[in-house]
Amino acid sequence: MQVSKEEIIHIAKLANINLKQEEVDTYLGHLEEILNYANIVNKAPIDGLSETIGVNEAYNVFRKDEIKESFPREELLQNAPEKQEGMFKIPKVINA
Amino acid sequence: MEIYELTVHELLEKLDKKEITKQEILASYQNRIKEKENDVQAFITITDAEAKEQLEKNENNNSKLAGIPIGIKDNICTKGIKTTCASKMLENFVAPYNATVMDKINNEGMVMLGKLNMDEFAMGSSTEHSYFKQTKNPWNLNKVPGGSSGGSAAAVASGMLPWALGSDTGGSIRQPASYCGIVGLKPTYGLVSRYGLVAYASSLDQIGTLTKDVKDASMLLNVIAGHDEKDTTSAIKEKKDYTQALKNDIKGLKIGVPKEYFDDGIDEEVRESIKQAIEKYRELGAIVEECSLDIAEYALGSYYVIACAEASSNLGRFDGIRYGYRTKNYENLRDIYRNSRSEGFGAEVKRRIILGTYVLSSGYYDAYYKKAQQVRTLVRNEYAKNFEKYDCLLTPTAPNVAFDIGSKVNNPLEMYLADLCTVPVNIAGLPGISIPCGLNSEGMPIGFQLIGKPFDEETILNVAYTYEQNTDFRKNKPEFRN
Repeated sequence: MQVSKEEIIHIAKLANINLKQEEVDTYLGHLEEILNYANIVNKAPIDGLSETIGVNEAYNVFRKDEIKESFPREELLQNAPEKQEGMFKIPKVINA
Repeated sequence: MEIYELTVHELLEKLDKKEITKQEILASYQNRIKEKENDVQAFITITDAEAKEQLEKNENNNSKLAGIPIGIKDNICTKGIKTTCASKMLENFVAPYNATVMDKINNEGMVMLGKLNMDEFAMGSSTEHSYFKQTKNPWNLNKVPGGSSGGSAAAVASGMLPWALGSDTGGSIRQPASYCGIVGLKPTYGLVSRYGLVAYASSLDQIGTLTKDVKDASMLLNVIAGHDEKDTTSAIKEKKDYTQALKNDIKGLKIGVPKEYFDDGIDEEVRESIKQAIEKYRELGAIVEECSLDIAEYALGSYYVIACAEASSNLGRFDGIRYGYRTKNYENLRDIYRNSRSEGFGAEVKRRIILGTYVLSSGYYDAYYKKAQQVRTLVRNEYAKNFEKYDCLLTPTAPNVAFDIGSKVNNPLEMYLADLCTVPVNIAGLPGISIPCGLNSEGMPIGFQLIGKPFDEETILNVAYTYEQNTDFRKNKPEFRN
């Protein structure tokens, strides 16, 4: 399985991960090796078999739509790197 | 015999006879941690003060397990106490809620002694991918404890905890249990709620137990099993008392031994040791037959496709906004996402996210992801065929004993092969248990795995128990060799 440098940089970008030049080379080697192994799925006798997404039999598990108390806002914000007035704070996303 | 050497059921007997007190139990384990943690490095957080408080708080709790210590893998959320997943990303994360299993543990009045080291986000087979520390194997401190629940396994094996909870996505309970010479149980997918377990690969993850013996595994499973409406994949099953399954009798029971798990890929001493275990089962009256289960490599290939695909999606939530690490180096929102993730995740996590993103990307989805899901059906079918004939299956837990620290860390594929025997069980969602069956010529533990039908934990527990009761592996103790 041949993966190009451009491809791995593109994929990393999709995953919101920066790769340094030396990381590109290491990851490229590892990725090719792992994909070569994983390619065995293309040799398995699976013609005509359906896909298994999960092993549990339940399908569309619903619960009653009830009003319940939710977590206190302060507790949910306690791990936020930055917050202001009870909200998560992020940099400006719209340029004026 | 020291208190910290006892199993939980032995502790309970002594409590019952008033030979020891709960305070003495706690003190014995806390002292043992002081004595051995320096060598073993199993804990990320030690909760000394909280443990004492918890014991006092439960003075009048009538549960028979009240006051029994326990350790928790650091990817299981504990309200008010850090849950780091052994990652820089969650270095300071304090969960605002308890995992369902933690609520159950607390209701019993058990006392948590700490949070245990692991591979970052449970991705690894050696606990070398922890951001914080390298846990050592108590049998030989130069060897890995296995992973990803390596801290849990090493802490129990070295007597710092009577038992612990871990999680198992591709072998992360059974393989370290085998490497550390203890019992590791991965229940059927859906038997134990995953609510509050930090997700790695949601269709494979399952919480389970690391214990000194099989009876303790049954007792702890009694506590954590059960339906939970907060986990829609948790199964609705009647409550069982798993200790009732331990009959010390397997006469007439049919055990299948898949021949593919005894080829050249398996270390010779491991093979020999397991062949002796098979002979033991014959002596004990089981009908043991060779069978065929030619799926190990297909399953491992599909595992790394499926697990990484699910991980790339699950770990998308770590973006530096609501919780977790935020980079200092940013000008806009995109920088926050990219730089927080790049600086917060370790190399193996990034590798799996990139692999997962790749196999899900357009053009490769059909070639990898779709095929891997079909392989999953194949694996389930092959197990089902065998379970028409056999009550359970027996394989090695791992192809090798614990390896040297540092020997595989730069070769991901070789590391992944350590999961060859355990991964297919997760792919099919079956229950599996690893129990120790001997030491190799270097004194490192060897384990074998029993695989059961879905939700038939009773059979594998009884089969494991019967072996354990008729052998004496537990007389061997780790020596903390250097």
